[in-house]
Amino acid sequence: MPERSDMDRLRAARKNLTARAVLNDTIRAFFRSRDFLEVDTPVRIPCPANEDYIDAIPSAGQFLRASPELHMKRVLAAGYDRIFQIGPCFRSGERGSRHLPEFTLLEWYRTQAGYQDILDDCRELIAAAAEQVLEPAGEDGAAHVAFFTGDWAVMTVEDAFHTYAAADVDQCVADGCFDDMLVDRVEPNLGFSQPTVLIDYPASLAALARRKPGHPNRAERWELYIRGLEIANAYGELTDPVEQRQRFAESAEYRRRDGRQAYPIDPWFMAALEAGLPPCGGIALGVDRLLMALMGVDSIDQVVAFPPR
Amino acid sequence: MYNASDLRKGLKIELDGEPYCITEFDFRKPGKGQSIYRCKLRHMINGTGMEKSFRTADKIGKPDLMERDMIYSYDDGMSYVFMDPTTYDQIHVAPEVIGDLKYFLKEDIECEVLFYQDRPIEVTLPNFIEAEITETEPGARGDTATNVTKPAKIENGYEIAVPLFVNQGDLVKIDTRTGQYSERVSKA
Repeated sequence: MPERSDMDRLRAARKNLTARAVLNDTIRAFFRSRDFLEVDTPVRIPCPANEDYIDAIPSAGQFLRASPELHMKRVLAAGYDRIFQIGPCFRSGERGSRHLPEFTLLEWYRTQAGYQDILDDCRELIAAAAEQVLEPAGEDGAAHVAFFTGDWAVMTVEDAFHTYAAADVDQCVADGCFDDMLVDRVEPNLGFSQPTVLIDYPASLAALARRKPGHPNRAERWELYIRGLEIANAYGELTDPVEQRQRFAESAEYRRRDGRQAYPIDPWFMAALEAGLPPCGGIALGVDRLLMALMGVDSIDQVVAFPPR
Repeated sequence: MYNASDLRKGLKIELDGEPYCITEFDFRKPGKGQSIYRCKLRHMINGTGMEKSFRTADKIGKPDLMERDMIYSYDDGMSYVFMDPTTYDQIHVAPEVIGDLKYFLKEDIECEVLFYQDRPIEVTLPNFIEAEITETEPGARGDTATNVTKPAKIENGYEIAVPLFVNQGDLVKIDTRTGQYSERVSKA
């Protein structure tokens, strides 16, 4: 990449940074109009969730949050029905054309709602974002907006693996090649003619999602893809404290075996689950990624003011 | 050894006992999934390309590479001879390592020679060398446009495109990385 001064880079980014500001406003207006409360939860936390492949960045005896999920669920358990948050999250070692170690996540949660309700929210949010952020010029511009406001495709993970990888997804999980297949064969086909949702993940990849009632091998989890880019990850949330504690323990054990730090299990989050988290759905959406898709750029560096060197 | 997180474009690594340079690099990771470090590699000796993905836990070999500043001496007909200016050691570099750079080698120029396990595999010339134009059609006097070019030859027969105002006998600068004309140094 040619050396450019900081000032030149910032000047060239004006269009994308302006779009970013409009997107932030759009997100806030969207959720306010639907009676969601914006909450700000701590960025520096003592107990990040144990997940197999998400590493938190240490910060003076604690950690920078990789997601606000556990704190937001504590707020839900206290009786707040609809909440959202936009803010910085941090993941160790994640740097590439689609990854920043410090990035912006939007999360929202609804009680008495499932992952299908969250899908409806997401579809409407992205349509609103395209209408507010994009200033369509000519036929191409109008088609670009229509792409985001139009219908979405919904495909099970199982079907996607059959169609694009000629593989059985459960076999891939058993063989440890799920991520390779997903990245090499499946993702490059997703979301080109319309935004595409990959739904119902193998239960072992549920993370914090609940199992699908009647389908114990599947988790209520979906991911949104736009032009091959992963944009958002949604769950019918796991509310069972026993199963949650067991999953954290398994991930912690996996991390230790892998030579990585296991995190302490968050006692306040567990107490909230034990007190009773109502049935709920939630989602994490990468704001930088959504901007990449809206602005049609290939590098995440282009949508932030100060990409790390 | 390198860790997967050290991988980046331009890094030189060793795989199955062979040296490779990373020509393209990307980091891929499903949000909840494993990191995949995707590399396009070029074999540093035979130039063949391949793709390879690494995982976080992978340890990747460091090739035994050494760079030495050396002076080009002469062409002995079979190979190109370079000399270490401090030890006066001479080394022979095969023509296939030099390739088209042979046109820009001049006695006494300082080069960087890259050795893999003590074997010279790459020679880097100064970014610019000067050469005299020995053959070109006369250009229009006063024509200072640089976007219109004509063919020209330097002493050893290498052909470059030069602007119309460059004449036979002029001294020009050539960029050894691209093999192209850069600017005129002096007029004949």
